[in-house]
Amino acid sequence: MLEHPISPSSPNRFPTVAANSNGVSVRIGIKGMSCASCVTRIEGALGDVPGVISANVNYPAEIAEVVYSPAKVNFAALGEAIEDSGYKAVDPTPATEDGVDKERAEREHEYATLMRKFWLAAVVSVPNVLFMYPNVVPGLSEWMPAGSDARHSAWALLGLITVPVMVWSGSQFFTGMWAALKHRSANMHTLIAIGVTAAFLYSVTATAFPGLFPSRELAEPFWDVTTVVIALVVLGLALESKAKGQTSEAIRTLIGLQPKTARVLRDGQEIDIDVEEVLVGDVVIVRPGEKIPVDGEIIDGGSAVDESMITGESIPVEKTVGEEVIGGTMNKTGSFHFRATKVGKDTALANIITMVQEAQGSKAPIQRIVDQVAGYFVPAVMILAVLAFVAWYDFGPEPRLIFSTIVFVTTLIIACPCALGLATPTSLTVGIGKGAENGILIRSGDALQTAQKIDTIVLDKTGTITRGEPALTDVIVMPDFDEDEVLKLVASLERGSEHPLGESIVKGAAERRLILSEAMDFNAIAGHGVSGRVEGHDILLGNIKLMADRGVEERGLSDIAETLAPQGKTPMFVAIDGEPAGVIAVADTVKPDSKAAIAALRSMGIKVIMMTGDNRQTALAIAGQVGIDDVLAEVLPEKKSLEVQKLQSAGKTVAMVGDGINDAPALAQADVGLAIGTGTDVAIEASDITLIKGSLMGVVTAIEISRATMRNVKQNLLGAFGYNALGIPVAMGLFYPFFGILLSPILAGAAMAFSSVTVVTNANRLRFFKPKGVTL
Amino acid sequence: MTADQWLVTAAGLLIVVFIIWFFWFRTVEGTAAVIAGDRQEALIVVKGGYTPDTIVVEHGRPVRLSFRREETASCSEMVMFPDFNKSAKLPTGETVEIEFLPEKAGEYEFACQMGMLRGKLIVT
Repeated sequence: MLEHPISPSSPNRFPTVAANSNGVSVRIGIKGMSCASCVTRIEGALGDVPGVISANVNYPAEIAEVVYSPAKVNFAALGEAIEDSGYKAVDPTPATEDGVDKERAEREHEYATLMRKFWLAAVVSVPNVLFMYPNVVPGLSEWMPAGSDARHSAWALLGLITVPVMVWSGSQFFTGMWAALKHRSANMHTLIAIGVTAAFLYSVTATAFPGLFPSRELAEPFWDVTTVVIALVVLGLALESKAKGQTSEAIRTLIGLQPKTARVLRDGQEIDIDVEEVLVGDVVIVRPGEKIPVDGEIIDGGSAVDESMITGESIPVEKTVGEEVIGGTMNKTGSFHFRATKVGKDTALANIITMVQEAQGSKAPIQRIVDQVAGYFVPAVMILAVLAFVAWYDFGPEPRLIFSTIVFVTTLIIACPCALGLATPTSLTVGIGKGAENGILIRSGDALQTAQKIDTIVLDKTGTITRGEPALTDVIVMPDFDEDEVLKLVASLERGSEHPLGESIVKGAAERRLILSEAMDFNAIAGHGVSGRVEGHDILLGNIKLMADRGVEERGLSDIAETLAPQGKTPMFVAIDGEPAGVIAVADTVKPDSKAAIAALRSMGIKVIMMTGDNRQTALAIAGQVGIDDVLAEVLPEKKSLEVQKLQSAGKTVAMVGDGINDAPALAQADVGLAIGTGTDVAIEASDITLIKGSLMGVVTAIEISRATMRNVKQNLLGAFGYNALGIPVAMGLFYPFFGILLSPILAGAAMAFSSVTVVTNANRLRFFKPKGVTL
Repeated sequence: MTADQWLVTAAGLLIVVFIIWFFWFRTVEGTAAVIAGDRQEALIVVKGGYTPDTIVVEHGRPVRLSFRREETASCSEMVMFPDFNKSAKLPTGETVEIEFLPEKAGEYEFACQMGMLRGKLIVT
């Protein structure tokens, strides 16, 4: 039997189960392996189970990866095979919760424990502080005068109640210090542990052996320092842990989008199965209001689908047969069947989650400097604390021992390596998460940092500024002909055509709600046009040569065509029953918000350049529509990256935005490559930032996010460095000779605890970032 | 200066020398990864640091590092390999694997998100 029932967990974090066309892959944890030879034994045992395609055991990880055919064998049989060979099979992830919940539970548990530790330390701190400042409490000084036996007895008692605070509330500092020392390294725990231990030992000495001090009055313990510092730092850790949880809210939302079950058609039966068990090719049924479980293509029915969680586009998208649906998006009103094309870790959502997680885990170049410092920071603080102790002992005022101890403890406690370490990664996590929320996948910290410096943007034309597909733009008819009638006849003729220009005419007619008729004798004349009969009329559609060949009089059609071409449109001539009827033009049209996006980029001080392989005339026409002055036209695909390089050698920080395979080298060459998500996989792979929604507005938002995040990082770093650079010298007492300033260790503890909380809270402010560009 | 001051000064300087030696002059002995099939594997325990903290692998062969975090302090909840653009969350008590292909020989650091815990991957 299995120790825990095996349950599939979220595939992104720990791909326990993933289905592919060859079968289902499962991971099983194994306990009891003692040597590498166990590997072969378990692999053999699993391999003998009928239906198992392959088994691979990872000894150090204690995990077996099994690929099996779910039709022939089930999970339980795999577990039994492992048990039979003398080992224990366990779920590699805990049985009850999935990864997201577990992380949250872990964090909440950590927070609750820290808060309990804080409360103990805080409660004990009350009498400790009161006895340290007996004048505050009326009558206390008279009752227990300084140096009296009564006061010493009270101190001994306070010492006793301080012990549990040291042992329990402060335990993580000691275990943390010890674990680090074993690696001959030091961290925040080391500093706090040494600091409070010094205060504690001094207090023990003062209480137990007051005779060692020059006078009994001077033999005062620092119980308050010990407990208050522990209380504050533990509180800081608790708050920091809570705030850090919020920084990864975006990824949790994405993970939460993943549906748990799917309704599929198998052997003619509708069955509900775990989403991990959906195979490529399964027919999946989606009803109104349900989540789409995996990626696929609609084969029956249709509906409006809310894809805002993936693309950031708030308006639902109409989907019909043949169109793609994305797993994790929400079906609105209709119902449909679709064929699964991508499942498990191959789905768009799973890929997005992986990308975002990887990016959040990457480092921004700015952090490398911090890492350099972090390696030396803690030992350096320890050295400074020792030197400060010696200096105060040798040259300080009396009572020297007390002053030097205070300075030593304060220096150790005020130093906050955490604030430095947290400064960059927390902002980065929030910033990259914010991008994902807006349909912008920032692939690395490097990309995020570079994007703020962009001063030149090169935009590909087709598919980036424009929709990338032709649309009907003009129908100009000769006198005696009706516009809708001509369009209706031509569209009826083109209905059977698979040519993209033909499709755009049919679509244009549909937009005008024209009812089309049947075409007869359809004939495509390669390179020239089409002919056929509609409603008893002979229809001819094509270029001027086709008209001439068929003896159609020109009658000014060419003049009309010549006015259209400079606008980047493709004119086609129409003749009905041998009479010239008019000109129909199609063109690749500009995306609705391209112009606004380009204006927004310019207002951010960025130079916008259009680059295209198209002829100059078409390029200029589009450039004019969107307000671009710099046009690089007729650029051969292989020369695109060269153009980017030219700009770079002129000292520009260049971003390239594109969607096609031929853009990939230029995307890779640019300082930041942005791929339009509706584009090719090659382009996306070569890019640093992917815009899931096809709109250019994404470029604006991406740069805004980059700027906001890096501003936040700089605030954090400045704060953290500034805090330490100011706090440590003050704590060492460097300002004492000049200004008489000496910091109390308790204040140092408070400052330390809240410096790291401040850094994380500042990073969390980024969560309220709203893209401004959209309002333009 | 009095005798006790000389004593404190000498002790202080000794401690400083000790700190420098202890933390900054440690000699590193790497642990070689185990070769299993076409991969090289190693198990790293995360508790106050990485044990082992220096892993020696060959270049050109895929590496699979299994991390097991045995503490709850949030410092170590993530491990990052910035040179390979890899990172992973390490839930307490679970084994999390990171796989990548080291293509070039060299020394590559890995660390927790805040750079407090550090380890090194030596690619030969």
